[in-house]
Amino acid sequence: MELIVEGVGHAYGELTVLDGVDLRVGAGEIVALIGPSGCGKSTLLSIVGGLLRPSSGTVSVAGPVPAGSLNPFTFVFQDFALLPWRTVEGNVALALEHHPLAAAERRERIAAALARIGLAEFRAAYPRQLSGGMRQRVGIARALVVRPALLLMDEPLSALDAQTRELLMEEFLALWLGERVAALYVTHNLAEALRLADRIVVLSRRPGRIKSVVPVPIPQRERAAPAAQAALAALHDQLWESIKAEAQVADREVVDA
Amino acid sequence: MPSGQKLGAPRAIAFRGGGFALQPRRWASWVAFAAVLLLWQAAVGLRILDPIFLPSPLSILLALQHLIATGELWRHLAASLSRIAVGWVIGTAAGLVVGLAMGLSSLARAVGVPLISALFPVPKIALLPLLILWLGIGEPSKWATIALGVFFPTAIATYSGIDGVPVSLVRMAQSFGLPFRAIVAKVVLPGALPNILAGFRISAATALLLVVAAEMIGAETGIGQFVLTEGNLMQTDQLMAGVVVLAILGLLIGAALSALERWALRWR
Repeated sequence: MELIVEGVGHAYGELTVLDGVDLRVGAGEIVALIGPSGCGKSTLLSIVGGLLRPSSGTVSVAGPVPAGSLNPFTFVFQDFALLPWRTVEGNVALALEHHPLAAAERRERIAAALARIGLAEFRAAYPRQLSGGMRQRVGIARALVVRPALLLMDEPLSALDAQTRELLMEEFLALWLGERVAALYVTHNLAEALRLADRIVVLSRRPGRIKSVVPVPIPQRERAAPAAQAALAALHDQLWESIKAEAQVADREVVDA
Repeated sequence: MPSGQKLGAPRAIAFRGGGFALQPRRWASWVAFAAVLLLWQAAVGLRILDPIFLPSPLSILLALQHLIATGELWRHLAASLSRIAVGWVIGTAAGLVVGLAMGLSSLARAVGVPLISALFPVPKIALLPLLILWLGIGEPSKWATIALGVFFPTAIATYSGIDGVPVSLVRMAQSFGLPFRAIVAKVVLPGALPNILAGFRISAATALLLVVAAEMIGAETGIGQFVLTEGNLMQTDQLMAGVVVLAILGLLIGAALSALERWALRWR
């Protein structure tokens, strides 16, 4: 299954936040979306996920949806978006409850997703009892339980502390390399993008347009190795140069809203 | 700092934090309560207070015992409680339905808010005479008064509770393809529940207030009617016994609601 974004633009009233975005995400591909704040990264993700109607352009898929996928485009949210009144298991189950599944398959899917993320022993805990990292793991288990074809990840690590972020990044990688789920990964963290993505799409400041597409030519498994560091540092500098000036402008902006 | 400089003797840093953190002092509550009762009893015993106008705690207790022994208490209590129950259930059901509509539909909100804002401040007991004309002097007019009093705080608590449900949770549910009804049942209503339960506290207090007032206007049984009648007969110890029953009733309802909150909101 391939995601095709063609000429997508979006405006909130008078304010154009996205303009003429063309983008493709192939099966199993991990694409990071970076850019200064207010460049419409999250807006684009919402449009792709069908939560927002674009002002112009189209979003479509080509190719068959993988068998067993109940929700091909599945979000992982920055604020986790867990229901505080449901346990870990209940939150994961929420994604399946409106699908006509046999009770046994439902149980099996939930158990598998919880086990995959290492949450089995926390199944009866409420979100407030969990650390931020564990809450986001619940968010990921909930996404996996529907067997997504494309994960839409909206700054999934930015609410977490630095150490938890490192841990979860490794888990994302293991997950992607194991299951070959494609991902569109919004972040403002260059290191995250460089660690995880096959390609990095750089958006310009408002209105967000694609400024450049930077492939990361090193396989993910090798990126932690010392040998890769020089090349990654060079890419980091290149990316930072391309967004630095706009990030400064965005930083000094007064928002009237 | 240059090593040669003389620093003098070290000085302790003065403590300047602390305070502003209240500690529980349960014994003080009980002692104060007992002291008030004792002073009251002594004041009546020493004839500083006229027992006709303010009977002593002990005589109130005796009157209460008499009420229980003769079975009068249960007759009045049953009448009042059944009125509260019927009125509260009707008002709550209507309030939940209207509050839900106002929380979910822009049209219902636009229609409902001005109406509710205009009618909420009206003391509902003022409508009892009208309701008696419509429904007769019997039970329905009392039910309707209580239901009206309960309806408004419930409707307001429900729609403001729905407003407080984070949109991000609704979007999450939509992103997993949950149908509208499932989103209402699994996201919106549980999210509004803390507010709805807080509304129950207000509506229960309102119901208690209105049942007493309605019974004072026209009833043959009920705690309100009993208190009024005893007052007319200058039986102040009986009157106060009725007031004590009402206080206990209020406390019990509050405790029941606290238990309900603890159970329903155990995830907090």
